[in-house]
Parts: sequence; structure tokens; C-alpha cells
Amino acid sequence: MAIEWDKYHVGQFYDELIEAQGKPRDYAFHLSEYLAGLSDAELTEYKAAADSAIKVMGITFRVYNDEEGSIDRAWPFDIVPRLIPLNEWREIERGLKQRVKALNMFIDDLYNEQKVIKAGVFPANLLEKSKNYLPQCRGVSPPLGIWAHICGSDLVRDQNGTMYVLEDNLRVPSGVSYMLENRQVMKRVFPEMFEHYDILPVDDYPSDLYDMLAALSPRNIEEPEIVVLTPGIYNSAYFEHAYLAQQMGAELVVGDDLVVEDDDCVYMRTIHGLSRVDVIYRRIDDAFLDPEVFNPESALGIPGVMRAWKAGNVALANAPGCGVADDKVVYSYVPKLIEFYLGEEAILPNVPTYRCNNPEEREYVLANIEKMVVKPANESGGYGMLIGPHTDKSEHDKFRKLIEADPRNYVAQPMLLLSTAPTMVKTTAEGRHLDLRPFILSGKETKVTMGGLTRVAMVKGSTVVNSSQGGGSKDTWIIDTENQ
Amino acid sequence: MLSRVANNLCWLGRYLERTENTARLINVNANLLLDLPRGITLGWEPIVDIVSGKAQFDQKYASAEEKSVITFMVSDSDYPGSLLSSLGYARENARTIREIIPREVWEQINELYLFTKEQGSKAIPRRTRYEFLTEIIESIQKITGILAGTMTHDEGYHFLRIGRNIERADMTTRIIDVRSASLLEKTENEQIAFENLQWMSVLKSLSGYQMYRREMRLRISRPDVLKFLLLEERFPRSLYHTLCAMKASLCHLPKPDAIISDITQVEKELLSANPQSLKQEKLHTFIDEMQFGLIRVFNTLSEVYF
Repeated sequence: MAIEWDKYHVGQFYDELIEAQGKPRDYAFHLSEYLAGLSDAELTEYKAAADSAIKVMGITFRVYNDEEGSIDRAWPFDIVPRLIPLNEWREIERGLKQRVKALNMFIDDLYNEQKVIKAGVFPANLLEKSKNYLPQCRGVSPPLGIWAHICGSDLVRDQNGTMYVLEDNLRVPSGVSYMLENRQVMKRVFPEMFEHYDILPVDDYPSDLYDMLAALSPRNIEEPEIVVLTPGIYNSAYFEHAYLAQQMGAELVVGDDLVVEDDDCVYMRTIHGLSRVDVIYRRIDDAFLDPEVFNPESALGIPGVMRAWKAGNVALANAPGCGVADDKVVYSYVPKLIEFYLGEEAILPNVPTYRCNNPEEREYVLANIEKMVVKPANESGGYGMLIGPHTDKSEHDKFRKLIEADPRNYVAQPMLLLSTAPTMVKTTAEGRHLDLRPFILSGKETKVTMGGLTRVAMVKGSTVVNSSQGGGSKDTWIIDTENQ
Repeated sequence: MLSRVANNLCWLGRYLERTENTARLINVNANLLLDLPRGITLGWEPIVDIVSGKAQFDQKYASAEEKSVITFMVSDSDYPGSLLSSLGYARENARTIREIIPREVWEQINELYLFTKEQGSKAIPRRTRYEFLTEIIESIQKITGILAGTMTHDEGYHFLRIGRNIERADMTTRIIDVRSASLLEKTENEQIAFENLQWMSVLKSLSGYQMYRREMRLRISRPDVLKFLLLEERFPRSLYHTLCAMKASLCHLPKPDAIISDITQVEKELLSANPQSLKQEKLHTFIDEMQFGLIRVFNTLSEVYF
């Protein structure tokens, strides 16, 4: 069958590569020609080559199910890349930097002066009810005033082609290793595809991450000791933890490897004895970080690490408590926060968001629930949400009750018609919905990955892109079209 | 190197070695039983004694007959020393240090574990037993080969080697202890005739038969076998060799003094005891002392590094 663009159905959606049936976007012309020139046999072969590269490279993620327990699964990957022209990307990049800057100022303000509340921009009662606000962090000023050193923001495009920010992940965002590995797979399997494009490289992320982390070191030494703290091999993102540690040349540690001594410094246990740790890139949640302060049952954390952090003897990235801004209610305030802290208008728009704790907005949500997407304020990974148009009345009723019981915990958004991109289905291409997660590093300077991780819903019509729920991924190409 | 990683590597070395030794032990015993006249019931019990598994075995099985002992030793997941358990531990250890060991090693261990889990019942019928156990022995040797040939011989590699050698020393002394006891229990004439055969099996359990022949070129005799298995510096499974190998590895690690002095202590006892001429009871006491010495070495190692 091969790929015939004349038969590719775009429908009511914005497609990232194909403007209308049979008409590729200008910048996607070469790619579409190349793909259309491949026979069924070639397509099957390349797909198999990509799968086998993923297997050989050991790119996996972990899922849990009742029958098999916790198992490693090969990373799902689609061979058709997603293209974004550089000039468009530059604007998105600017928007992301602006956004993360304001979010960091917001977090720092909440834990210190709370100007934003005093000015009446952000309601005090929202803060009181925030699950991720940590009173233990009051009065702490981390270096440079930065709390969220690594942020992964999810972007989606609607039917008109406008790029929106869907959410900001400020706690322990994952996925960046897959962005890097996807590019490696593409280079191995499709070197020819790269011929017609100037594709901006993505692979300096680990060194940027290293530099950013090293700059946080409390000791002014040549080679500060940086560690990646993982919950362990059963975590779904363990592959990424090991990968990043390896790429940065940092130690991959679990809680038991680290100890806080009487001098309030953090040490790791090595065969040479205790060795001082300067920076912890932690991939475990706040609640498990320090059993002395938070969940006393936690076996994953390091007793006393909060003491060490507050004393300024160790840097934690991201800082504890920065999840306060990783909240879908706070999300709805971001445009106002940008205005308040930076005196600028938000470059990247938010998806219109109804806050259920506001009576009028709640009424609207309850009355229109079948048209809306309802999200709990503090969940991630696509869990616990309602997609109104895709579910039946009993689900709608269930969510009406949930919202009425705990309005602060829910927000709702109109159902966006997410953009699509051609995705391989056997030996032909069909449109599938996708999003984009760029990663923003904030340190002395702010850096955004070139593109990000494109996640794609492999099931027709589905908008659930999470890999834990059957989503796949694509390589994302930021292409310089100036020189073409 | 993180202490946890070093600890994992050391135990990975131990579990892999334990798997190989156990498989070999069962294979050789099966072979030996076929050679003995039916009147002599050496049976399978000594195998359980060698691995100090008697108490646990008796809880679950009525008698030490062939099928029970083999099930216990191969696929009983309640018994931590079974092939399946050892490989399971090796696999969990390897999994947590996947980024440290060569990828093929992880894959081999994973495969071998699955093979043993799925096909463990092949160890029971005599027809398939040999092949099944040989497959396990060969896979472990392959893993050892990949490690030697592709892993950087850094600190981590030496922890693996120390683990392997301490396990080997442990198994060599256990086999000598139990086998020599069961050999000498009865002194009736007809059994002495088979003593030769049984000492051969001791050598074979430690894959030392061929090397022994090359070295000694004599009739197999108790003093010579003991001397070979305990004192032959050049035979990689002799007690003396494993001690030397541990010392050599320790030279690549920080702060080895306390451990080396523990090993030297064991070494001195070994070299001065003239074990080949010891009578059974004294040999037993001597082996006990060696075992305590090895435990001391491992404890000091744990204190210093883990």
C-alpha cells in the first residue's frame, strides 16, 4: 500500500506535516516525498530496524500489571518525525523561558515575602489548600532564587495551529532521555532522511544539565560531586535515571547510599569511605525525600537531607516544595503571574481553564461536563482525569460528585482538538494526535531543549499520549529553513 | 565506587560461582552413583550435607532420595541455595548494577535464570539431567569469560573476583569435609575398593580430575588429593590458589591491609598444618578452622568496604 498523501485524511484537525489531503506543508515537502518513495517492504524493514535498534540499545520503560508484575517494555517509537520550523520554535522558546522565569519567581515569593498574595493577585486560601506547598520550606532562599531547575512543559496545538501550554511539570519531569535516544535511533535507521534538512542537534542536553547542576555546588571546587538519586530499579523512569547519570558521569545513587552527618553535610558511602556530595539531582518525590521531615515511612529518602539543604551544604534539584507551582489551579494563574513578576504579557497562551472552587465557573463546568476535560489539580501521568466527550453519563455523574466534594482539587478545560501528524499504521500513514514536552533548564542562564519529546497517541482518535497508557513517541526536528 | 555497588558486585560473583559449583556437584554425584554397586548406598544425602541444607531439607521432604534432593537443589525457591534461588539473586544483583556490568552479562544472566525456571524439571529424569546441568555450567563459564574479556579490570571487577574466589574456597572446603567423612565412616573391605572411585568424584566435583592426573600421575590417594585440592597453588580451585587470588585482587583496592592480614592468617594455618596427613577427626577440625577463617575474611571485607 505504501504511503499515498492523496489518501491521507486530515479532517478537522491541524496536521503537523500535511496541510490538506495531498498537500504537504512547505517544510515537510522533502520528508513527504522521501516517505512516499518507500515501498511496503522498505517501510516494514525500516520499522523493524528501528524496533531492533531500540531493543539493542536497551531503551525501555517500566510498567506494572497484575499478571507479570513490573516489567521492562521496549520504548514505543514511530519512524515519521515531527517537524517544527526554527523561526516558530524560537518564539516558543522565548515563551517557555518567560514562563519558567515567572514560575520560579512565584515559588520563591510564596516561600518568602508572599508579595503576590499581598497584592491580591493570588488568593491566600488557594495556597493553604495546596497539597504540594511545604511549610517546611518557608524562608529558604536557594542559590539564584531558583527552585525549579528542570521543568518539562507540555505543549499542544489546537485545530487553528495555535500552540498552548497544557501543563508545567516542575517536580520530577521525565522523558528527556527518550528525546535523546529517539534522535539516535533515527540517525541509525534513516541517515538518508537527514540529507535534505538542517536539523538542530539535541545531544548537548546532558552537558547542559551537568553544567547547570555543577553551578549549584555549595563548594567552590573544580569537580563538585553530583549524584542522581533514584527510587530504584522498579521506578518507571529508572532507565532515564541510569541514562542521565551515565551521560553526565555522575553516580547513580539510592537513598541508602547517602547519609547526613553531624556537620549537616551529605556524604555517600564508597569503598574509600564517606565522600562529600555537593549536588543531588533527585528523581524522587518531596514526600519521600526526608523521613525526618516528611513521610516517616519512606525508605527511599535520606534522613536529614532537608537540614543539609537548608544549611546550604547541599543543592537539591529541583528544590523541595517547588511542586506548589505544579498544580492545575496555579496553572490557570500563570498568565497573571507573568504580568505580575515580569510586567510582560504571556508569549505562550494557556488553555482556557475553569477553576471549580469558583462558584460561577464550577456551575459552568457541572452544566457542560460532557464537553470538557476535567483534571485533578495534583495528578500527573494522565491519571484520574475525565475526558467528557469520550465517556458516558455514569462517568460524568461520578465526576460531578467528585467536584462537588472537593472543588479546590479540580479544574476543567474545553476539549481541544489536538493536532495530528502522520504515524505509521502497518505500511501506511494515518493521523494521530500528539503533544510536545520541551525541557527547560534554569541556572545562571536558561536553556530550552531543541524541540523536546513528542508523544503520540497510537490509538486512532485517542488523545492519551502517556507511555504508561499506551502512548508512543516521535523524533522532533527543529529545522532551519533559512538555508534551503 | 559506591559501597552498595561494590557489595552487589561481590555477591554477584558469589552467586554465579555458587550456581556453577552446585550444578557440578549434582552432576558428579549422579555420575558416581552409577558406578557404585547397588549394595553401597551412598545416596544423595551427602549433597544436602555439603551445602548445610539438612535442617531445611527435612522440613519439607520425607527422605533424601534422588528426586527430592534434586528438586531441593535445583528448583526449590524456598531454599536459598538452590540453583534457581542463586540465579534469582544473581539476577536481582545484576539488575541494580546494569550500568556497571557489560550488557551481554546482564542478558546472559537473565536468560539463564529464565531457562532454569522454565526447564528445571529436566534435572529430574536421568536422561535429561546431564545436558541440563551442563548447559548451566557452560553458561556461567561464558559469563565469567565475557566479564574477563570485556569488563574494565577496575575496582568493580576485583570485587566480582573476590566474591567468586571466596565462594570457591568455601565450596572446596565443604566438599572435602563431607566427602572425606562419608568415605571413612565404614572401613569394610569392599568399600575400600571403591574409595578410589569416590576420591575421583571429589576431584571431578571441583573439575580437578584431569589436572590432578597431569600433576600427580599416580594412583589416586587420599593424601595426594587433599594436597592437590588444598595446597596446589597453580590449580584455580584449590584453597591456596583462591586465597592468593583474593590477595591479588585486594592490591587493586583501597585500604586492603586488614583483609590481607586476615587472609595471611588463614594461609599460614593452611601451609603449616600438613593437611594431607591429618586423620579424619583432625581434618574435620582443621577444615572448620579454615571455614571460620574465611568467614572472618568476608566479615572484615564487609566492614572495610560495604
